[in-house]
Amino acid sequence: MDDFYRDYILDHYRNPRNFGHLENPDVVAEDTNPLCGDRIRMELLVDANGTVADVRFFGKGCAISQASASMLTETVKGRPLADVARLTKEAVLENVGIGISPTRLKCAMLGLKVLKTAAVGKLASWPDED
Amino acid sequence: MRACVADDASKLARIVDDFPILRERTVRNRRLVYLDSAATSQKPQCVIDALVTYYSTYNANIHRGVYEIAARATDAFEDARSKVARFVNANPRELVWTRNTTEAINLVAHSWGGANIKPGDVILVTQLEHHSNLVPWQELAAKTGARLAYIPVDDRGLHVLDDLDDLLDGVKLVALSHVSNTLGTIAPLDAIVPRAHAAGAVVLVDGAQAAPNMPVDVKALDVDFYAFSGHKMCAPTGIGALYGKRALLEAMPPFLTGGDMIRTVTYEGATYNDLPWKFEAGTSNIAGAIGFGAAVEYLSQIGMEWVREHERSLARYAFERLRELEPRGLVVYGPRDPDLVADVISFNYADIHPHDLASILDGEGVCIRAGHHCTMPLMEKMGWPATARASFYIYNTKQDVDALIDALGKAAAIFKIDRAGAAGALGG
Repeated sequence: MDDFYRDYILDHYRNPRNFGHLENPDVVAEDTNPLCGDRIRMELLVDANGTVADVRFFGKGCAISQASASMLTETVKGRPLADVARLTKEAVLENVGIGISPTRLKCAMLGLKVLKTAAVGKLASWPDED
Repeated sequence: MRACVADDASKLARIVDDFPILRERTVRNRRLVYLDSAATSQKPQCVIDALVTYYSTYNANIHRGVYEIAARATDAFEDARSKVARFVNANPRELVWTRNTTEAINLVAHSWGGANIKPGDVILVTQLEHHSNLVPWQELAAKTGARLAYIPVDDRGLHVLDDLDDLLDGVKLVALSHVSNTLGTIAPLDAIVPRAHAAGAVVLVDGAQAAPNMPVDVKALDVDFYAFSGHKMCAPTGIGALYGKRALLEAMPPFLTGGDMIRTVTYEGATYNDLPWKFEAGTSNIAGAIGFGAAVEYLSQIGMEWVREHERSLARYAFERLRELEPRGLVVYGPRDPDLVADVISFNYADIHPHDLASILDGEGVCIRAGHHCTMPLMEKMGWPATARASFYIYNTKQDVDALIDALGKAAAIFKIDRAGAAGALGG
């Protein structure tokens, strides 16, 4: 467990990137982790080329869910929305690193689930269950 | 079969030894520090043996069987009912088997509530309620056009009774938990029940967190219904009980219908069985009931006064030890007084989310619960996103509290929490 809470995870937890709200987002999605009630909202600004021009996330939750969401916003900024829709759990695991236990996998996946919901315009399934 | 408890100086050590899961190094080859008994308790060998003996020597369906093991199973099932009834000072006729507390409350909501709650009636609950003693009443109110009102609690999670008489005006039912599963608050039933009755209300008590932890006497409490679960008090999962005053139960229509709960059935209709079987449709959890009987026998041998005192002293010690961490941002919620709480302590540590805390503690072999504890409205009212909860039972020791404190130290190190506390506490 000590392996998991690396400095960059704690840094993203305590200083989340792209945290807050956009003034006029084009796409918004929000969801909760039913296991713990953690909630994450993703707001995207999509330009004429279909690229994610800006992104904000908002929510409260554990270090894993918040750091994972924070890192994902950095991953998707400047990427085509179509790419966001195709992101898999591996992208999240690449961000957060190894050592996450099966019981906490949902925490890490919540941000991606919400992002994909925003990107495809309908409720996405849990990335770890695909 | 192992003897359950010896009443001697090493009582606590003997109790721990009665629980195979605690005796053996079952998790990562270390001693299990189990601080989640408010979710479900561990099971002593005598309860496990009762299940094994039933299944391996006299497994049969109950009632109406003419052969020997069917008669034995029926006797054991009804004997267990008598034991559990005696445990809360009820008459066995007034003790209905259910799956758990939730089902017991739903039984009352559907049967008594369906027959008695009318449009405009008021159902009074408290702000502390577990979802199981809230959602059934919300459903009943929505279905009947009744209204829900709340007895407030203060910032420490203590009931505020200043306006109780006003709140009780026009109330048909008061439904409240004896002990809060989130904060451990013991409800002042002696101050509430007589006033509720004077106002003409029926009183249902959710005893899920009280029956395991303190002596309960439904006659002395003078409650109309008392619901509790076996699995939080050493019995198997899937068995619970509803006590109800006989006159109320007699007047109530059945809840579930079908086999076992009938007296006669014709193509035209049916008449119903006597109490308590009127409310026990279908084959019951026979093994579970027998296990529940063994569990209350075990607890009675230990003595519920002893259980209450043991948990009071553990809570006192835990409050003391947790106070050492307060300068680093540890916050304890609830009454923080061993005389006012039962088995539960809720807390947060600096800005560590309780789920992270529970994960780190798990790595140290310490089991606690994290989240909203099925009391989402209370968490929202208090402004806590979630809390960590440690709960104690008969087999916990001061050593377990020390293990909790040591594991919290590990969490602080991982999260780099310094003496001044980290970036502000999580809520509260």
